Amino acid sequence: MGLGNLSIGGMITTRLDKAIGWAQKFSIFQYPFITACCGMEYMAVACSHYDIDRFGAGLPRFSPRQSDVLMVVGTISHKQAPILKKIYDQMCEPKWVVAFGVCTCTGGFYDNYATVQGIDTIIPVDVYIPGCPPRPETVLDGLIKLQKKIAGEAVAPANAGATSTSMDV
Amino acid sequence: MTAESITIRRLKEAFGSHIRETHAYRGDDTVVIDREALVNVATLLKQDADLEYSFLIDITAVDYLKTDKAPRFEVVYHFFSLPHKQRVRIKVPLAADDLEIDSLVPLWPGANWYEREVYDMFGVRFRGHPNLKRILLYEEFEGHPLRKDYPYNKRQPIVKPGGNI
Amino acid sequence: MIVEKAIKTQPMVIQLGPSHPAMHGTIKIVVELDGEVVTRADVEIGYLHRAFEKHCEEGTYFQAIPYTDRLNYVSPMICNFGYGMGVEKLLGIQVTERCEFIRLIMSEISRVSDHLTSVGASAMELGAMTAFLYMIKAREFFWELIEAACGARVTVAFVRIGGVKADLPEGFGEKARRAISEVRQTLKEVDGLLTKNPIFTDRMQGVGAITTADAVSYGFTGPLLRACGVNYDVRKYQPYHVYDRLNFDVPTGSNGDNYDRYLVRMQEIEQSLRLIEQALAKIPPGPINVDLEGRVMAASEMTDRGKLGDTQGLTDYRAFLSPNLQGMEKSRYQLNNTTDKNVALPPKESVYTSIEGLMNHFKLVMLGHGIRPPQGEVYSAVEGANGEFGFYMVSDGSDRPYRVHVRAPCFPLMAALHRMIEGGMVADIVPTFGSINMIGGELDR
Repeated sequence: MGLGNLSIGGMITTRLDKAIGWAQKFSIFQYPFITACCGMEYMAVACSHYDIDRFGAGLPRFSPRQSDVLMVVGTISHKQAPILKKIYDQMCEPKWVVAFGVCTCTGGFYDNYATVQGIDTIIPVDVYIPGCPPRPETVLDGLIKLQKKIAGEAVAPANAGATSTSMDV
Repeated sequence: MTAESITIRRLKEAFGSHIRETHAYRGDDTVVIDREALVNVATLLKQDADLEYSFLIDITAVDYLKTDKAPRFEVVYHFFSLPHKQRVRIKVPLAADDLEIDSLVPLWPGANWYEREVYDMFGVRFRGHPNLKRILLYEEFEGHPLRKDYPYNKRQPIVKPGGNI
Repeated sequence: MIVEKAIKTQPMVIQLGPSHPAMHGTIKIVVELDGEVVTRADVEIGYLHRAFEKHCEEGTYFQAIPYTDRLNYVSPMICNFGYGMGVEKLLGIQVTERCEFIRLIMSEISRVSDHLTSVGASAMELGAMTAFLYMIKAREFFWELIEAACGARVTVAFVRIGGVKADLPEGFGEKARRAISEVRQTLKEVDGLLTKNPIFTDRMQGVGAITTADAVSYGFTGPLLRACGVNYDVRKYQPYHVYDRLNFDVPTGSNGDNYDRYLVRMQEIEQSLRLIEQALAKIPPGPINVDLEGRVMAASEMTDRGKLGDTQGLTDYRAFLSPNLQGMEKSRYQLNNTTDKNVALPPKESVYTSIEGLMNHFKLVMLGHGIRPPQGEVYSAVEGANGEFGFYMVSDGSDRPYRVHVRAPCFPLMAALHRMIEGGMVADIVPTFGSINMIGGELDR
């Protein structure tokens, strides 16, 4: 292990990543895209008994431009799919997507002409929370997994290498 | 068989020639009528002092493709009379090549969406409907999914965003 | 006067939804505005159409039960029982008395949780977040009861054709009474927060009103119709379960506006709590583990005493072990399920221990066997939380329903939404929409 690797710049960026990741994971502004049954469990998670606020994700923003986690809660039908895509496109980077409930993961037992077989056919997904609907504990577990993912992501290199792939609008 | 209910008796008196069949299976009064008589039957049900079917509870249809029933489709109406605590079911058989029936919107504005749903799911056209278009599915959808010859998992391409939202 | 003449307003078309902050559930309302007044509204639904009716035709009668949970997902038990009653009517069978009581208790628990959610959510949309948190807290107590009885919180699948999945668990009555007192306490708090609060009443009174004649002609049922002064309730008019043997009132309003709907729902919660209490007191007892004096005795305790050599008299006890799923042991199962072998799945205890039970189970669940109602058609209705929840079913004599159609209470309400919001302010759209308590699952199916 040479001293060269511990250059000042490298150390600062890794530390910065950690700090930003730590800060980001506890200030999740979620956009609940609620369509169906899972919304009931979403309400239960958000309210007093299970209290999602303990994990720093207590404040839903109902505007895609102000939120960084898109929670897709409930079945997505073919009629709904273009709207979901549009909402996702309107969100600013960095953004994450949580598939809440088995309908969003795979389509669940709605294998039919009207239902999208998993939202990952439309938009990228970071965390899948299975269950029909998932129990609040499962949701919180999924949220913690997302927080780990957020904390582990490198922020600085992406900024440093400003080759900008997503900005060519 | 118990005695016929007052509803069936009144309808038989008034529209004898248009009534194809009546039964009360499991206690549900059912009258099968010709489609020409639908509006008159509905008007009588609504306005007759002995019947007073003021609620149009439901409109739906059944596709009898997989059975040996003669006309393929049947539009099914359910009415409810609040003062007499009575229900009646009116059925109108329709042939597959002539799927048209009079709309009940002039009598019950609530029929509007029910008829749109039947159109959406079965392709039955309602004459005189003010706004007959798809309701549950989207305009680009091809076919009528609740027909028996539409496979339940026949998917159609997702419409690109930017269209109508 | 001068200003009015000077400023000419042009109609403006705005699209609310499908994804809108205050739209819990997805619908689209295209409104034409003159200033802040809605002059015309066009409502579009169908964003949660997931082919419920088609799925019912594809599977057997049993396989449709899970789909019925997801119709009205705020009170899934009621949809369950509506479906079960429909098939039972097709078959022409009766369920046991205890089963009727269990169904009634669970229906009312669901109705209360539905009304709690609905009132809470519509209060939240007016900015009363506290009321929402209180209501969901109260709902959680009832969901714990539902979970104790069937193992799931939302998607319960509790009904079986000719019965229910399992008997009520031990100690359910006590738990339920505790939950009821918690809910009553919460209701008192919310009542204090909202009912006479001028901020709330100003936004609700006279808003979203519909005349009685319009409500009837659109086919309204449930709290919205009762808020117009019509006391139609399926539970009173065509009693099912054992509603005719218990006392309850049907609260009505007079103005048909949002405020009356709120009052009707609040009073209905109280009536439902009354019903649960009466049913718990009257439910015919089932055999559970009792000792010689008739006291309840847990099977585990009995085993422990046997191990300690305290076997004297134990041979005379009637002990029922639950080998697998609680409440599904033979003795209790047969109390709340019909004994018709062509219909009801046998208790698991028989399936795992006897060839007859196994064959019976096999014949009912294997493809091509199953339950086979005779050819015919029925319409059967229950009082859902939003109104008359009807099932129209056609059987062709095979093991699959030929056609299942749901008469969803939300559907006519949403069809008349434009009538309620036209002529009002933009800001009143949201509370009016909230007062309908639209449930996507039953609306779009």
